[in-house]
Amino acid sequence: MRKFNSLLAILAATSATLVSFTSAAAEVNIYSARKEALIKPVLEKFTEQTGIEVNLLTGKADALLARLNSEGENTPADLFLTVDAGALHRAVEANAFQPVISDTINSAVPAHFRSADNLWFGLSLRARPIFYSPERVNPDELQSYLSLADEKWNDRICIRSSNNLYNQSLVAALIEHHGVDKTEKWAENFVENFARKPVGGDRDQIKGVAFGVCDIAVANTYYFGHMLNSEDAEERAAAEKVKIFWPAQDKQGAHVNVSGIGVTKHAKNVDEAKKLIQFLVSEESQKWYAQANYEYPVRESVEWSETLQQWGDFKQDDIAMDILGENNGDAVRLMNRAGWR
Amino acid sequence: MNRGTLLLFAVAVLIGLPLIVVALSLLNPQWDILYHLWQTVIPEYIGHSLILLFAVGFGVTLLGVSTAWCISQYDFPGWRWLSWALLLPLAMPAYITAYTYTGLLDYAGPVQGLVRDIFSVNIGEYWFPQIRSLSGAIFVLCIVLYPYVYLITRAAFMQQSTTAFESAKTLGAGSLRSFWKVALPLARPAIATGVTLALMETLADYGTMEYFGVTVFTTGIFRTWYGIGDAQGALQLSALLLMFVIILIMVERYSRRRARFYQQRSATRPPQRRPLSGWRAAVASLICWLPVVLGFAIPAAQLLWWSIQKSDIWQQSAFWILTFNTLWLGLLAALITVALALWLAYGRRRHPTRPLRAAISLAGMGYAIPGIVIAVGLLSPLAWIDNQLITISEWLFDFNPGLLFSGTVMALLFAYSVRFLSVSLQTVNSGLEQITPQMDDSARTLGASGKRILWRIHLPLLRSPLLAALILVLVDVMKELPATLVLRPFDFNTLAVRAFEMASDERLADAGPPALMIVVVGLIPVIMLSRALRSNSLKTGE
Repeated sequence: MRKFNSLLAILAATSATLVSFTSAAAEVNIYSARKEALIKPVLEKFTEQTGIEVNLLTGKADALLARLNSEGENTPADLFLTVDAGALHRAVEANAFQPVISDTINSAVPAHFRSADNLWFGLSLRARPIFYSPERVNPDELQSYLSLADEKWNDRICIRSSNNLYNQSLVAALIEHHGVDKTEKWAENFVENFARKPVGGDRDQIKGVAFGVCDIAVANTYYFGHMLNSEDAEERAAAEKVKIFWPAQDKQGAHVNVSGIGVTKHAKNVDEAKKLIQFLVSEESQKWYAQANYEYPVRESVEWSETLQQWGDFKQDDIAMDILGENNGDAVRLMNRAGWR
Repeated sequence: MNRGTLLLFAVAVLIGLPLIVVALSLLNPQWDILYHLWQTVIPEYIGHSLILLFAVGFGVTLLGVSTAWCISQYDFPGWRWLSWALLLPLAMPAYITAYTYTGLLDYAGPVQGLVRDIFSVNIGEYWFPQIRSLSGAIFVLCIVLYPYVYLITRAAFMQQSTTAFESAKTLGAGSLRSFWKVALPLARPAIATGVTLALMETLADYGTMEYFGVTVFTTGIFRTWYGIGDAQGALQLSALLLMFVIILIMVERYSRRRARFYQQRSATRPPQRRPLSGWRAAVASLICWLPVVLGFAIPAAQLLWWSIQKSDIWQQSAFWILTFNTLWLGLLAALITVALALWLAYGRRRHPTRPLRAAISLAGMGYAIPGIVIAVGLLSPLAWIDNQLITISEWLFDFNPGLLFSGTVMALLFAYSVRFLSVSLQTVNSGLEQITPQMDDSARTLGASGKRILWRIHLPLLRSPLLAALILVLVDVMKELPATLVLRPFDFNTLAVRAFEMASDERLADAGPPALMIVVVGLIPVIMLSRALRSNSLKTGE
């Protein structure tokens, strides 16, 4: 027992030194659903400019949220960063955020890309248009997402599993525009048109079009951007066989999702956290998102990268991001019923 | 119960804590969501999970037992090499094997490209098996998981006393008949242990299923949680999965009810390795080379090819830090888990009371539960303990020590113990089962104390199962992903985390170097394992 006690004392002493050590410098802690490679460079720039250390933990949004919740008021996390509106909504529901009032941030982020209560703020936009093979599809045949349920697309569509959050958000948006019943009917016919059982990620769907497995695909644009600028010649060649079609331009517009960030309810470093958000929506960082990951900046004045400009301007669905989150559960249930796996 | 067993019981329950959290979720059933899932997807989950279990169970038994028999009984060219090469697929995480085969066999990969070039056909004009499918998943799991059966069964075949086998032959049974009637039934506990491990891992697999688009219980759990945002519903699905596992284990135990498989070891009569030649040797070689090539050589070659394309990463210090993190975390977890397993298994042998047996069985079930569910089951108890400690510390010393368990390496080690205790427990147990109670009795009659029996008799005899357990857990921890992802500290990554982040972004080539490193680091323990087994078999007089 004595041995055990001395062990405890050592443990307590080392952890105490660790704690006092880390809290000496200005720092900010992030739980991020964005992968390390796609956020770390910009965080390093922030540290360079401000001297504030950033500690990063990446993972899946809901798992991080579960961790945040169970840690409660003692959580070390000051910021929670996600890559889709559904997860932001669930964080709001779980009461995980605190409001941040900042004119700098609000003037940079358009109102429908932040929460009405200033709980979270969009950082970048992720468009989900239709991709087609110009050899086999005449773009005049394409219209809206709904028209993809048309019989003429039988066995010609590639799309990934409904486990994917971007598909869930897309269906959540359709539910808002067309109602549950109509969307469900659409989903049933849409699933009939799949060229194969949903496998792989968004790049796989675009490659499916390039290789002739299917004629059209639905995917996020930044995957396409990565393929077009890939070091791998084969991947570049595949991407060049595929074109973007912006759907529903005479209606609600192309579906857009948001990656966003909020200050946690029990944040210890609120000032630093606020500074980091301001930095992430600054001109400089916003440009970086477009350059490094081919996403669309939320800040309207920021110039698009060359790749984005090539795809052309398009009408965005300006549905409030909160609604995507609210409808997410319904969307998954609907896809369960429609047999979209 | 005395103090010793009480402590034992408490530890077993602590390890079972996340599973208890999962099971308790059933007390508050979310009828609405369960009904919806039952109406829509659960029948499919059950169907696919059952097909997967039967097919993988059959496949790993076939591969594992046939290779174990060839290696333990026959002398044919290359058997020494093969005896350890057959373990190599252990070093490959299933999801990484899945990535490599997809890279090779998918329509965009080199194999189908070659087919198109040779026959000058286009996609859609020829038939090619779809690797990303239920059958593809069965294939991948079989070639990755058979070493569990091979490893444990081979040890059993080698330890079988020749007396039994040769008596059978003297009584006129042919070699084949002796195998079916004597060797196989005697090895049954070992085979069952190996297959149970493989099946539990099959049920817990998420990476392969998600990547291949196969809908099973684990993918359903994630979908319910992330998609519908219903953590309770997801926990309840996990509870159903847990029931599945309990039934699986009970069926296996019931089927060999009273049978006990103690044998007299004959140190004087080493088993004779029968030489094979001609077509017989060719068949034996083929049986043993096939799983090595499919489960290791092909995926490793693909990883190597990807890694060569990304060769600059080898100069980055961050990459070596990842490797180092992975290794020390694995070693620490393996030591803790095996020590726990030994203590629990031994405690059960000494005091086989009903509550203790039940608690230990519970503690051994974590292997079939997806790592993410264990992590979530751990989060709230850990945070509760932390928050209590902080309150006490603030009250006593006016000092906030921060979170001591959540988000530290402690949480990871705890999760690994829960998840992998069963691997070490089963290995240690199958070793203990080979030690007859008569040995204990004789030693005790001669006046040896319990401690002395442990140190002088059991530990030496358990040397090889203990080492096997250590290495299996080490390799498993290095491959572990979902729990690591949720519970790890800030700015702390492992090779598996890096490989996954790249692969889930569909950057397979970038996933190559960390995946290859997992395999390389995993190889060292696998080779150690085979050496240990060999030196052990030499000692018993091979």
